[in-house]
Amino acid sequence: MEWSQLLQFTLNGLIVGALYGVVAMSFVLIYKASQVVNFAQGEFLLVGAWVCWWLLTDWQLPFWLGFLFTLVFMTAFGLVLQVVVLRPLIGEPVISVIMATIGLGIFFQALMKWIFGVFAKPFPPIFPVDRVNVLGLEVQTAYLLSLVISILIMAGFAWFFTASKHGLAMRATAFDQQVAQSLGISVPKVFAMSWAISAVVSSVAGVVVGVVNGVSSALSFYGIKVFPAVILGGLDSVAGAVLGGLIVGVLENLAQYVDSEWLQWGNMYTIAPFYALILILLIKPYGLFGTRNIERV
Amino acid sequence: MTPAGDFRTSYREDMTIFPTRNSRYALWAGIALLCLAPLFLGRYELGLLITIGFSAIAALGLNILVGFTGQISIGHAAFFGFGAFASAWLHEYAHIPVALCIPLAGLMTALVGLVFGAPAARLKGLYLAIATLAAQFILEDFFARAPWFTGGVAGRITEPFELFGWVADREESYFYVVLAWVVIMFVAAANLMRTRDGRALVAVRDHYLSAEMMGINLAYYRTLSFGIASFYAGIGGALYAHYLLFVSVEAFNILFSIQFLGMVIIGGLGSIMGSLMGAAFMTLLPEVVQAGADLLAGSAIDRALRLGASISFLREMAIGAAIILFLIFEPDGLARRWRLIRAYWKLYPYSH
Repeated sequence: MEWSQLLQFTLNGLIVGALYGVVAMSFVLIYKASQVVNFAQGEFLLVGAWVCWWLLTDWQLPFWLGFLFTLVFMTAFGLVLQVVVLRPLIGEPVISVIMATIGLGIFFQALMKWIFGVFAKPFPPIFPVDRVNVLGLEVQTAYLLSLVISILIMAGFAWFFTASKHGLAMRATAFDQQVAQSLGISVPKVFAMSWAISAVVSSVAGVVVGVVNGVSSALSFYGIKVFPAVILGGLDSVAGAVLGGLIVGVLENLAQYVDSEWLQWGNMYTIAPFYALILILLIKPYGLFGTRNIERV
Repeated sequence: MTPAGDFRTSYREDMTIFPTRNSRYALWAGIALLCLAPLFLGRYELGLLITIGFSAIAALGLNILVGFTGQISIGHAAFFGFGAFASAWLHEYAHIPVALCIPLAGLMTALVGLVFGAPAARLKGLYLAIATLAAQFILEDFFARAPWFTGGVAGRITEPFELFGWVADREESYFYVVLAWVVIMFVAAANLMRTRDGRALVAVRDHYLSAEMMGINLAYYRTLSFGIASFYAGIGGALYAHYLLFVSVEAFNILFSIQFLGMVIIGGLGSIMGSLMGAAFMTLLPEVVQAGADLLAGSAIDRALRLGASISFLREMAIGAAIILFLIFEPDGLARRWRLIRAYWKLYPYSH
C-alpha cells in the first residue's frame, strides 16, 4: 500500500467532492425555497457546459466572455423553467412535481444529444499550464481552479443568506410561505429567483467539469450523485449539502481505491454512494443537519 | 357513469365491479374483438399490441404502488428486469416449463420487492423516491456482476412459451398468451381494490395518520403494496423475456423506469384502465414520432435537423415532453379524458 496514492485519491475526492457540494447546494436551494426535489439538476450542468462550449468553439469567444454569456443564459433558463413548467404545478402532489422535473431531465438530455452529439468533446485549452505540483502531488490546473471557484461560491452563498435582502427573503419563504407573504415578500419571485441562482451555480460546476473531462451527457450523472450528498447532509441544509458533497466525493474515491487494491469488484466508484444512501435513509433519514419533520395531528 | 343519478341501496351494489350491464358486455365485446385481432393485423401491429400488454401489466403494478398507495418508486424497470431474468434462469437451470416460469418469476420478483419494500415501509414521499432511485442503480449493478443469473454483458437467450405442445413462438400465437395474462392481472387488480386490503391501500394514500388510527397497519400495507407492484413487474418482465427471446442487462435502465412512471401519470394515477391507456400511449408515442420523421424524410427540414439519425433522441424528448404536458394540462390523465368523452356522448345533446 502506498500512502502517496491514498493521499492522491483523497485529494481527488475532496476536489470532486467540492464540486458535488456546489451542485448539492444549488439543489438544496431549490428544495428549501420551493419544496421541489429537482431531478433535473444534472441537466443544468449539462446545458451550461454545452452552451459555454458552443460559445467558445463555434463563436471563438474568449473564455471569460463566453463564461459570462453562459451565466446570463442560465439565469434566463432557470427563470423560464420555473415559470413555464413548475409554477402551474404549485399545490400538486409530490409525485407530480418529481415527475415534471424528471420529464425536464429526459427532455434536455435528449435535446443536448440531438444538438451536440453523443461523444465527449474537449474544451479548447484555457490554462497555459496543464498540471501543477502541490506538495508533491500532481493536480490539474482546472481542478485547482474548480476548488477555488467552489470555495468562492460557498462563501457567496453564506453571504447571500446571512446579509443580503433577497437571501433573507428566501430564508423566510423557506421557513413559512404564508408568513413570508404577509410580510410583503413576493413568493413567486423568490421561487423564480431560487431556480435562476440554482441554474447559474450548477452551470459553473458543469463548465469546470467540462474543462477537465470534456463535455458529454455523462455530466448529467452529477445530478444523480447529488442525492447521496444531500441526504447525508440533510435535505434542507445548505451547510450540510457542502459537507455531504465532500464526504461523498472522498467516499467514492476511497471506495475505488479499496476496490482496486483488495476487492477487485469493479464499478465501486459509481455504486458505493448509493449503498451509503440506502444506509443513511435507514439509520438517519433526516441527515446530519436536516430539520426533523415532526408531525402533529 | 350512470346518467340519472345514483340509486344504489346496498353495499353489495356499491361494490359491484361493473356499474351497469352494458359495461360488462362492453368488456366481453372488447376481449372478443381483441381475440380476432391476429386475423386482421400484421405481425408488426401485433408486436405493438404485445408490447402494450406486458407494459400495461407492469404499469398496473406501479399504479397500485403509486396511484393507490401513494408510494413513489423510480426503480420499477429494475424489478421488471429481475422478472425477465428470473423466468429465463428458472427455465434454464430448474427446467421448469415456460408456462410455469412466468408466475414463478412473478413470485420471485415479489420476494425481492418485499426485501426492498420492508425498509421502504418506513419511508414516504420523496425519501422513498430517492431510495428507489438508489435501488435502481444497485440492482442494475447487480445484473451486470451476476453472470450466473443474467448472462452478464452477453445477455441471456430465452425459450418461447410452450403449453401442452403448443408453442407460442410467433406474434400471432404469443398474442393470446399476453392477452390472457392482461385479462387475469387486470381483473385481479380490479377485484383487489374492492377488498378490505385494497381499501386499506387507498386509505394509506389519502391520509396515512387517519388510516393508522382506524387500525390499518401502515408498515404492513406499504410493504404489501411494494410486493404486489413487484409481482406485476415480474410477470410483465417474464412476458417480455419470452416475447423477445433475448434479455440483456442494458435494457432495464433508469429511462425505462421513468417510462413506466410516465405510463402511470399519462394514464391516470389510481385508475386501473388508465394503466392500459398509459401503456398504449407510451408504446405508440415513439411510433408516431417515427412516422412524423418518415413523413419529413428527405425534405429540407430533415436535412437541417438530422431527424433520421437522431430519431432515438427525438423519441426520448417526446417522452419527456409528454410527461410534462400531461402534468400541466391533464394531471388526471387519459382516464379522466375518456370519462369526459363518454359522459359527453351519453348525455348528448342535453349535457346540462
